[in-house]
Amino acid sequence: MSPEPYLGDVSRTPVRHHILSVLVENKAGVLARIAGLFARRGFNIYSLAVAPAESHARFSRVTIVVDAESAPLEQIVGQLDKLVNVVAITDLAPRDAVERELLLATLSVDDESRPTMLDTITRAGASIVDVAATSVTVMLAGTPGACDELERALEDFTDVELHRTGRVALPRLS
Amino acid sequence: MVQLTGAQALIKSLEQEGVDTIFGLPGGAILPVYDPLIDSNIRHILVRHEQGAGHMAEGYALATGRAGVAMVTSGPGATNIVTPIGNAHMDSTPLVVITGQVATSAIGTDAFQECDITGITMGITKHNFLVQSAQEIPRAVAAAFHLATTGRPGPVLIDVPKDVTQSMMDWWYPATVEEFDLPGYRPEVVLDENAVARAVALINESERPVLYVGGGTLKSHASQELLAFAQRTGIPVVTTLMARGAFPDSHEQHLGMPGMHGMYTAVTAIQKSDLLISLGARFDDRVTGRVSAFAVDAKVIHVDIDKAEFNKVRTADVAIQSNVASVLRAWDAAQATPRNLDVWWKTINLWRDRYPLVYEEPSAEGPLRPQHVIEAIAAKAAPGTIVAAGVGQHQMWASQHWKFDEPRTWINSGGAGTMGFGVPAAIGAKVGRPDRTVWCIDGDGCFQMTAQELVTARSEGIPIKVAILNNAYLGMVRQWQEMFYEERYSEVYLSADLPDYVKWAEAMGCVGLRARTLKEMHDVIDEANAINDVPVVIDFRTDASEKVFPMVASGASNDEILVHPLQRGEGS
Repeated sequence: MSPEPYLGDVSRTPVRHHILSVLVENKAGVLARIAGLFARRGFNIYSLAVAPAESHARFSRVTIVVDAESAPLEQIVGQLDKLVNVVAITDLAPRDAVERELLLATLSVDDESRPTMLDTITRAGASIVDVAATSVTVMLAGTPGACDELERALEDFTDVELHRTGRVALPRLS
Repeated sequence: MVQLTGAQALIKSLEQEGVDTIFGLPGGAILPVYDPLIDSNIRHILVRHEQGAGHMAEGYALATGRAGVAMVTSGPGATNIVTPIGNAHMDSTPLVVITGQVATSAIGTDAFQECDITGITMGITKHNFLVQSAQEIPRAVAAAFHLATTGRPGPVLIDVPKDVTQSMMDWWYPATVEEFDLPGYRPEVVLDENAVARAVALINESERPVLYVGGGTLKSHASQELLAFAQRTGIPVVTTLMARGAFPDSHEQHLGMPGMHGMYTAVTAIQKSDLLISLGARFDDRVTGRVSAFAVDAKVIHVDIDKAEFNKVRTADVAIQSNVASVLRAWDAAQATPRNLDVWWKTINLWRDRYPLVYEEPSAEGPLRPQHVIEAIAAKAAPGTIVAAGVGQHQMWASQHWKFDEPRTWINSGGAGTMGFGVPAAIGAKVGRPDRTVWCIDGDGCFQMTAQELVTARSEGIPIKVAILNNAYLGMVRQWQEMFYEERYSEVYLSADLPDYVKWAEAMGCVGLRARTLKEMHDVIDEANAINDVPVVIDFRTDASEKVFPMVASGASNDEILVHPLQRGEGS
């Protein structure tokens, strides 16, 4: 039933993880219920992204990347499904899913480093979304792998402050 | 349109759910709800401590099969009922707990008697609600009862802020499940015919099957189906601590309770079985012992309403998500029948003959043997007597030595192991089944934790009988210190005379009796049985050195079961 565990292809992703797309009621405390369940059952969350689903405010979609080594996926899904506010759980195999993540980074830049920086963000497919006298803010919306690559590339620069959203995913259309 | 206050709506909603009894204690934040209670036909039992209200509601639920209801105030009132909620969660007992909360405008300000009880109980309730408006009260109550009593039952908490119960609402009540607004809750399951067929195939080829009956069998009211299936197939039955009474102890196919203090035959039959048919059980560590050594040759059919139990502890060869009754009926319809079980029964009966439950003969002048006291009470008990217990040695002896022949006559704290459960749970059971005699078999340690509820019992006219097996110790801990800590007894001595249990009982308006010798034991039991208007407490002075056997040490394999010293001889 459950798909093969995804073998992460980049260093920052856990070795074995699953992506769960969880439709929940958009009510107070639902995220705490999910987080509390993971904590007390000893399931590890690698990343978690949550936002209202579709156009109506009744439901939210939570994309949880779980460490499949901390507990069998069947257990995680079974326990999650018992939360009354959880409406539906889709276990997304990476090959059957479209995954995207957003990366924002600010970095110091001067005349010397500017050409390299521009080259790096161009090659990564990222864009500059804010410019100040000595720093820029870079954004990349892309696959988790692309975000990993950009993150590695940015290690060459100074004063980097970086934030990633965690991934969101939906089933690939067939 | 009828206009009601939120408080009136709350009481009226409980009436709509058929609630006849609330166990509770008022306080500031829940005050508005206690006013319309005066005009309701619902009986309110005023407890002396909120923990008592929770355990009473549990006892009521376990004895009746209906949801128990408790109501307390905010802050410490709410935190005092956390233990019963946790207990009910572990034992899947249907409970609806209503807590007062500070006004919505004060939530989050550290107001007087404020606590985040929905946050605190998130992990130990099936679900909980913080009601935001009076108009939502009927929905919350209806949904709470629906959640508590369907699927895998459990406790549900409704937190009601004071301004919500004080404001006005237009009375309504949800008529259908759709109006409960629970889009993520689907307790009904379709029986997987394919899984049923695969299970039938496993049963048909089995030679050493065992029916491993858990609390879910009682929860799904499947005792009749179990009896029919067991009798038709001839498969031996074991009933877990949570399932005592689901199958008659007097039935010859019943091997007794499995687990850490289970019958030798029940434990060993599971160990040697080739097919373990789990019916609403969850492979608790107290049953399995070391999991890797548990019933290693057995295939497993796991029937449970909660699919999260599958493969949690033991991998199932066939898992069927269903209530127990439906599956048993389907297996009967398919004529599932194991192979000839004569050899299996011959082996089982050898174990039975060799290792029955035994204990040393008590001497006439005492001290009393706790097992003997329980058997003496049982021998003189009215048919259908309900037995409640605390947690510890006395609980194990009660489960072992009382013969249960009827569902919902055994009230105890299984998963949580909550000391002090017995007295309030017995009171709740008696309220739910006033036609039955209710005995609480208690320990002296447990009794001291919740005995004040006997004041409640006396003032509310709830005549339970309490047998304190007074060995002056926290007996189970003492047993472990004797066996596993080189008899280094640490903080387990309680004294048999302090408190004076007879005086304490009398101070609480109960009859207090004491027995040290065999003659006194018989006399006080007769005396207690003759009293039906007030609670009775008996201080039975028992032997402190008595230990519960059989025993599988914590973490040991069930193959290493320790029988009673009297049975340890050559070749055992």
